Amino acid sequence: MSATTESPVETHEVGYAEQGNMPLRPAKGSKLMGAAANYIDERTSVSGLVKEVGRKIFPDHWSFMLGEVALYSFVVILLSGTFLTFFFQPSMAEVTYNGSYVPLKGIDMSAAMQSALNISFEIRGGLLFRQIHHWAALLFIAAIGLHMLRIFFTGAFRKPREINWFIGFVLFILALAEGFTGYSLPDDLLSGNGLRIIDGMVKGIPVLGVWISYLLFGGEFPGTAIVSRLYSLHIMLLPALLIAMLGAHLLLLVINKHTQFSGPGKTNNNVVGVPVMPVFAAKAGGFFFIVFGVIVLIASLFTINPIWNYGPYDPSPVSAGTQPDWYIGFADGALRLAPPHWEVVWGGYTVSFNILVPIVVLMGLLATVAFYPFIEGWVTGDKREHHILDRPRNAPTRTAIGAALMTLYAALWAAASSDLMATHFKLSIDQVIHVMQFLTVVGPFIAFWITKRVCLGLQRKDREIALHGHESGRIVRLPGGEFIEVHTPLTEYERWTLVSYNEYEPLMVRPNERGVITPVERVRAAVSGFFFEDRISPVTKAEIEASHHDSHGAIDAGDSHH
Amino acid sequence: MADHDDETLAGSAVEKAEPQKISAGTAVIPADPFENPGEPQHHIRMTDKDPAEEKRAARQVSTLFFASIVFSCLAVAAYIAFPIKDGDTGSIRLNNLFLGLGIALGLLAIGIGAVHWSKAIMPAREITEQRHLTRGSDATRAKAVEVFELGNKESGFGRRSLIRNSLFGALFAFILPGVVIFRDLGPKVDPNVVLRHTLWKKGMHLTLDPSGTRIKAADVTLGSAFHVIPESLLDSEDLLEEKAKAAVLLMRLKPEDLHEPEGREDWQYNGIVAYSKICTHVGCPVALYEQQTHHLLCPCHQSTFDVTENCKVIFGPASRPLPQLPITVDDQGYLVAQSDFHEPVGPSFWERDRA
Ligand code: HEM
Ligand code: FES
Repeated sequence: MSATTESPVETHEVGYAEQGNMPLRPAKGSKLMGAAANYIDERTSVSGLVKEVGRKIFPDHWSFMLGEVALYSFVVILLSGTFLTFFFQPSMAEVTYNGSYVPLKGIDMSAAMQSALNISFEIRGGLLFRQIHHWAALLFIAAIGLHMLRIFFTGAFRKPREINWFIGFVLFILALAEGFTGYSLPDDLLSGNGLRIIDGMVKGIPVLGVWISYLLFGGEFPGTAIVSRLYSLHIMLLPALLIAMLGAHLLLLVINKHTQFSGPGKTNNNVVGVPVMPVFAAKAGGFFFIVFGVIVLIASLFTINPIWNYGPYDPSPVSAGTQPDWYIGFADGALRLAPPHWEVVWGGYTVSFNILVPIVVLMGLLATVAFYPFIEGWVTGDKREHHILDRPRNAPTRTAIGAALMTLYAALWAAASSDLMATHFKLSIDQVIHVMQFLTVVGPFIAFWITKRVCLGLQRKDREIALHGHESGRIVRLPGGEFIEVHTPLTEYERWTLVSYNEYEPLMVRPNERGVITPVERVRAAVSGFFFEDRISPVTKAEIEASHHDSHGAIDAGDSHH
Repeated sequence: MADHDDETLAGSAVEKAEPQKISAGTAVIPADPFENPGEPQHHIRMTDKDPAEEKRAARQVSTLFFASIVFSCLAVAAYIAFPIKDGDTGSIRLNNLFLGLGIALGLLAIGIGAVHWSKAIMPAREITEQRHLTRGSDATRAKAVEVFELGNKESGFGRRSLIRNSLFGALFAFILPGVVIFRDLGPKVDPNVVLRHTLWKKGMHLTLDPSGTRIKAADVTLGSAFHVIPESLLDSEDLLEEKAKAAVLLMRLKPEDLHEPEGREDWQYNGIVAYSKICTHVGCPVALYEQQTHHLLCPCHQSTFDVTENCKVIFGPASRPLPQLPITVDDQGYLVAQSDFHEPVGPSFWERDRA
């Protein structure tokens, strides 16, 4: 292949020569394997790929497995979902149930609901596969969420990985969309109720809302179109987008190589870890089977989404205490928190702030997450590549922002269970909602403040340890009568982990080449101050030397110098 | 992902710094940085030291793989041994449990075996690979620019603005039919009109949901509440769509507890009132009636409506009172509607308050 591009004329000769000289022959293994490998390579030049990727290095840390869990549960979703498609009928045509589940016999329902019941009750393993599919979906989204938190709190999104963060964010949104469309397919009472809420929210969008809902449902809610439309999205469009985005995500991972935690021997210019072939492949492949096995184990032991208990969708029955799947909770909670009477009529047109405000808050939360790497990159102005992960404490403001966003999310999420909390703790629903409203507005600020203090405290402690060693817990009495604690000195390796981190100082506003200070620069300086005003610098060599001078070897006075 | 031939054992090639001429922004660059001490001593495993240990680990791995075969076969056996019996939910549970356990244990044994293999037997030594700046080398980038420039020159894309701009126009216009074609996702009629009407009309009987039996006013005792549908609903073509608008709650209170606004005093009959059951927030059924307080509670987001005050919102995210259905009785004492609702029911929408 190499020669062909340069001079096509010589192709033949070179080709024949190559064929004779260099058949691909693995060092060990059967003749058959060698022949097969040779056959494939002569037709695909796959050896280049194996050489390229086969010994790629993957650093090891438990938190790096979260993304893997997401990937493997997605594979399980694809496998189980495909099985379900063989039996599921995405149709809202009305039928009278006459299957083997006695309590529902004779009840009118949609063909979709009937087929979901038939999967559960007529097909061996059908219920198992429905439960595998649903549990895998829940695990998928949970793993994506935790994976995102890992990336955020370790700063793995910094250059050159900002784009991959954004792709990951898109994957998260696609996963939520998959989950919601899937949840709506069986057309049971809960899924219909979920759609009803979507319909109501969409109608609240100014100007176009009614039309969007009307076109989406193919007429008035609930109509007879929505299940088959969502089905097209659920099994075709969204999975295709997911797979494409996943491909891009993993490709960029390979191009950028994996990040690693700071540690002895690890630099910004290397990757330390195990090679893909064979160690990582065996570990990761084995881990896939473990994730798969755990999902199947849960699915065989625990019921999920027992649609036969809910019955078919009907716009009228009560459904107290019912919950959406957990990942939709934050949106449902946001809706609950709007105070009464937030709707206004302006010039004859109705504006539903009770719906718009929650939507805007959610969009704001999501947009902050989506664009955070670009914001932080703009604030620091740091254009270097970063391959060494931050310990969360060493980026106090970022960590505090993360904690604030998590608190907002958690408050919204908890609000979705306000009725359950009220009944469980015997409170009035009003009290619970008011507490949740308070937490939603004030909680993030409190979380920010506490987290930042904790981070700075931990950094201070790290400094102490880097300078004076670990407290050994052994108290000795000096000749002068004074008590001190003996400190054991750090090894060079331990110290490196404590002192090697990035520090930023607040930006000073300076006039640009034309001698003006732009407003943008002022904003940037203000944000930079917010980020980096409070900071603990890493210990320097000079400080270590100084501390060694005035403390006598390993023994060091407990109260020290800052 | 340039070349990867620079693979070395960890620690031996630590400080091969790429020249960093890239802005560090506001980062503090230490004047006298610590040196990286390099990879610490490698940790030796039992299986590295002791061939017997290694043998044992190898045996464990293959035992797990064999166990997996057994479990998978057991799963197949469970598929056959636990058939689903018509009308017997217990048989479904057994099928689910044993088929699932077989598959799960089969998978777990493969997984644990492979991980054990990689951890105990495969080399544990960490390896170092060099990184390179993600950007292409200057030469590569110059080549790429050249390719673009050549493309631009040969096509005249930059120069021939008429061709270029008309192409942009064409590409934009080409999207339009793709948008317009979605109009027929919904029927021809204007939703703003349809949403204003329900099946209720003058003389329509109130009937019980779901049986469809008429309701005698005399049977509505004080404090009771009924889920109600219009009599014609059960024969309707669009049953669910109509029900999603026409569902009604019927309650009887003491007439003196009701504070009906002016002009609506005769919308009730002897303290019997009928209100839309569709929440004015986002449309769930408002179906929880608290007898003592005369409050209606929506289970979805806990909007609470006070029936004595014409169902105005006293708590929760909803804004509007539930619309009231004016009712009376026919000459045999059955409850009937006086008319349709006087305003659209359910969630608010942009043109809701237009005439
Ligand atoms: C290519 C991928 C997928 C296919 C072919 C597929 C297929 C299906 C089918 C046919 C159903 C209806 C059957 C039933 O309800 O039992 C379904 C339901 C569902 N799907 Fe998927 N799906 C896929 C991906 C996903 C993803 C990525 C998620 C979530 C992140 C998801 C979540 C769900 C949920 C929650 C249900 C409802 C299940 C239930 O009723 O128990 N699916 N899916
Ligand atoms: S739908 Fe009734 S409170 Fe939201």
